[in-house]
Amino acid sequence: MTTPSQTVGPFFALGLPWADGPFAVAEDFPGAFWLRGVVLDGAGEPVPDALIEIWQADPAGRFDHPDDPRGPVATAGFRGFARCPTDTDGRYAIRTVRPGPVPGPDGHLQAPHIDVSVLARGLLDRLVTRVYFPDEAANADDPVLATVDAVRRQTLIAKETDDGIAFDITMQGDHETVFFTF
Amino acid sequence: MPDWKPPAPYRSHAPDEQPPLESPEYGSTRLRSPRQPLVALPQGLTELTGPVLGSDRVGPLDHDLTRQHDGEPQGERIEVFGRVLDGDGRPVRDTLVEVWQTNAAGRYLHAGDRHPAPLDPNFTGAGRAMTDSEGRYRFVTIKPGAYPWRNHHNAWRPAHIHFSLFGHAFTQRLVTQMYFPNDPLFDQDPIFNSVRDPAARQRLVAAFDLGATTPEWSLAYRFDIVLRGRDATPMEDEA
Repeated sequence: MTTPSQTVGPFFALGLPWADGPFAVAEDFPGAFWLRGVVLDGAGEPVPDALIEIWQADPAGRFDHPDDPRGPVATAGFRGFARCPTDTDGRYAIRTVRPGPVPGPDGHLQAPHIDVSVLARGLLDRLVTRVYFPDEAANADDPVLATVDAVRRQTLIAKETDDGIAFDITMQGDHETVFFTF
Repeated sequence: MPDWKPPAPYRSHAPDEQPPLESPEYGSTRLRSPRQPLVALPQGLTELTGPVLGSDRVGPLDHDLTRQHDGEPQGERIEVFGRVLDGDGRPVRDTLVEVWQTNAAGRYLHAGDRHPAPLDPNFTGAGRAMTDSEGRYRFVTIKPGAYPWRNHHNAWRPAHIHFSLFGHAFTQRLVTQMYFPNDPLFDQDPIFNSVRDPAARQRLVAAFDLGATTPEWSLAYRFDIVLRGRDATPMEDEA
């Protein structure tokens, strides 16, 4: 018996963005890069009122969290969480770092990935997706990617850019991003 | 295999407890809801952990939306309080709760809000609080107003306060809205009614609590929030 979700609506900018929101890591964290993307709706139009949040492991695949059975590990300059509202062109930008591999439910390692929540007007519940890295050999053995249809799997793999990686999110339509439920 | 046991996963929602992403009565879902089925994601450590955001994110007056300016805002002063629990009734301690809302006239302090109702120079409408060791939180604010929103002919949103919660895991993240009891606008609101199960829908409605009012000062509404609970861990099963 949980409390139902409701849309974040168009006016969340009043309460949710933080000045340091887009920084999952400190600006000068070793290996830091920009994760950038555009959010598109079912008509291919940019979504200017979405909020993107991420959560991920540190470069060693560890979490600063009491439920990590390997023990919490705090890394200076690393938060692992970021939130960024999209701009008028539907774009977001998050400063982060490549996570290490993380154990899945059976203890086997999953390929490096970033969990993403998409919140927006018109979304009665958040959408959840994952960013995987291009040219990552471990993707071939990742148990989550393996459950996704081979054609649609490509929507979960980021593209390399000049200053990091790009991960576009298509909420609906021909190139609809794979969204998860758990 | 690792020499540790993975934490227990969080339980799925009951059917009709969560609103369907495609809800035609709410027009904005039309182009923003996926058409492909969602893919089941087994909960690994990324899903079973989450940001531990501390009280350093919360200032001393962040919970009191009536004291963030030089003067007092217009409107009916209220306290909104409650507990954040998981699906097994356990308190969700030390977790960040964020709220935002209109002023008493039904206007958001946001450039995109075109409702011709007055802004209030003494009201921003955003607050933050941490739950305590019992999962309790408390805000002081003014009762928000209803406002029109063009979803359908003469559409009005019932008065509501937006809530954002992290819980203790990525899986528990919740963004929702709190409504006020007996609002005559409920029947025509497609966002409220997007939750198909009437009992689940009622969990979005706060309870007026006369006993919690402050005499000669403020009315009070209780809003308990239930995040997803966990499956029992193997150890608890064996006990």
